[in-house]
Amino acid sequence: MKQWLHPGFWLTLLIVLALGLAPVFTRNAGLRETGFTILLAISMAVSLNIIMGYTGYVSFGHVVFYGLGGYTGMYLIDTWGAPLPLAVLGGGATSALLAFGLGKAILRLRGAYFALATIGVNEAVRTFVANFKPFGGPTGIELQFSVYKQYGGAADALWLTYYGVIAISVFAVIFSYYIKTSKFGLGLMSIREDEDAAEVMGVITPDAKTMAFVFSAFLPGMLGVLFFFKNGNVEPADAFRLGFSIESLVMIMLGGQGTLLGPVIGALGYQRLRGLLLTSDAMIGSLPLKDFQLVIAGLLMLVIILFIPAGLVGWLRQKFAFLRRILV
Amino acid sequence: MNAGMILTSLVDGLLIGVVYGIAAMGLNLIWGVMRVINLAHGALISLGMFGVYLLFSGLGLNPYLSLVLVALLGLLMGVLIYVIAIQRVINAPYLSTLLATFAINMIIIGLGTAAFTTTPRDIGFSLGNVELGPLTLQGTRLVAALVTLTVTAILYTFLYRTRTGKYIRAVSNNRAAAELMGIPSARILALSFGIGTMLAAIAGGLIATFFSFTILSGDLYQQKSFIIGVLGGLGNPLGALVGGLILGVLEGVLPLTMPNTWVPVIEFVLFIVILLVKPSGLLGGKK
Repeated sequence: MKQWLHPGFWLTLLIVLALGLAPVFTRNAGLRETGFTILLAISMAVSLNIIMGYTGYVSFGHVVFYGLGGYTGMYLIDTWGAPLPLAVLGGGATSALLAFGLGKAILRLRGAYFALATIGVNEAVRTFVANFKPFGGPTGIELQFSVYKQYGGAADALWLTYYGVIAISVFAVIFSYYIKTSKFGLGLMSIREDEDAAEVMGVITPDAKTMAFVFSAFLPGMLGVLFFFKNGNVEPADAFRLGFSIESLVMIMLGGQGTLLGPVIGALGYQRLRGLLLTSDAMIGSLPLKDFQLVIAGLLMLVIILFIPAGLVGWLRQKFAFLRRILV
Repeated sequence: MNAGMILTSLVDGLLIGVVYGIAAMGLNLIWGVMRVINLAHGALISLGMFGVYLLFSGLGLNPYLSLVLVALLGLLMGVLIYVIAIQRVINAPYLSTLLATFAINMIIIGLGTAAFTTTPRDIGFSLGNVELGPLTLQGTRLVAALVTLTVTAILYTFLYRTRTGKYIRAVSNNRAAAELMGIPSARILALSFGIGTMLAAIAGGLIATFFSFTILSGDLYQQKSFIIGVLGGLGNPLGALVGGLILGVLEGVLPLTMPNTWVPVIEFVLFIVILLVKPSGLLGGKK
């Protein structure tokens, strides 16, 4: 129980709560949209951190769970008229199931081979869904406008999805911290440091890795449903965009992998920077600065990797001993 | 469906496959020598495409002459990328090199999109058609396949008949031991990355002579390179050519039996299965 008194946990939770609740109290739709993007990024990064930061397996396929979950949820709503909460759980469950099935097979691969396989899985699922008739093939699924009526119209439905994403990100932080401080989490971290040694010490590595993969897949599955429900339609190219996976990786690297606060700070920083660049009016020569958004993100990432590989939180913990008791 | 059609698809597939093969060869060489998966490979292929396009449509230079220039620029660029982005993290966990090369990819694609937009380009160059019995082949594809085979032969000679080539193979085999034998491994690694980049640029330049493209097109060929790499054995540059031929034949023949959109599904499933069953590739090679 002592771990729940740690200031680092409360600090992280407070940051997420403050970010999430600000638009609720001001009832500002613009703030809500920004908040949605940021909380989505935070939950994606925090969930990816379970397999990448704690276990040390770098997955480029995190978006496959987001996309497949989103598709399942949209299918349940569109074809079966399922209520949103059920669709969200259905999306999460499908992604968790996929992770369970895949995990046993591809988690045998180590290092870069695993990373490559996850790229392959994402592309295989994307191209398959684009051919899969119940999911609408290449055009995807588009919701009827009347679907939103049972939630009190489109405006209320948007608030509903926003409450959903707050709940998921708060859950993500608590869950991630619970794993990090549990015996199971200790097993994961020993796999990250030395898998063979962990096995010798009695960690049942294939099971532990698969469970970590399942836990990290469940959240994006639910998030996908919320996002595409809010969006009104889902297409293969949006649902399985490899770049989205990599953005989540970058957020974790920015903040510090393997920490609780890191992915939260990284996601917040990345989305803020992106928002600033996209709305900036500055010019470089004859071209607007926002055309260089990708270049600036790339440069930033390169600098972090080359000079501060531990990320912001990791770096602070290394530099200042007293922060080790506060940041987690 | 008659025999002539099947034969044409098959030969077309083989010709394209050879060009895919050379793109994958670059990826494989880099992986084999320094255990880096180059996620900037696609962006470098795109740069090769634009290099040939700009030299041809801007300066009126013959595409195959442009290709020589593009290859040299590719070599220099590769060495530069290695020195700036990879040297510092070459011994760090593999995530660092994956993300460092991806950062380079973002920078190139970002600059490329700002400069060239994403409107499709077409080089508008033709060598006519070649009739061979029942076969009608596009001249540009035939020449592309011949160029690729020549480059492969040169690469083979370089790797197996010159001292520097021997150094590259030694570093690839065991870097620590190679260093103890007095091989300047830092320079060899930079050179290998340069050669890998050069092969990507050549592949891009050749593809540009017969397909239209945008700055984002390279990504597609990067994915094909991954599949080919796994087919032919990661780290085995010459296996890439065989892998390319296999993929080319699949792409030529499969659309005759199923809708075109199912072909990538088959390719990626094959990719995962081979990774799982035999990560060293169909052609074997060391693990």
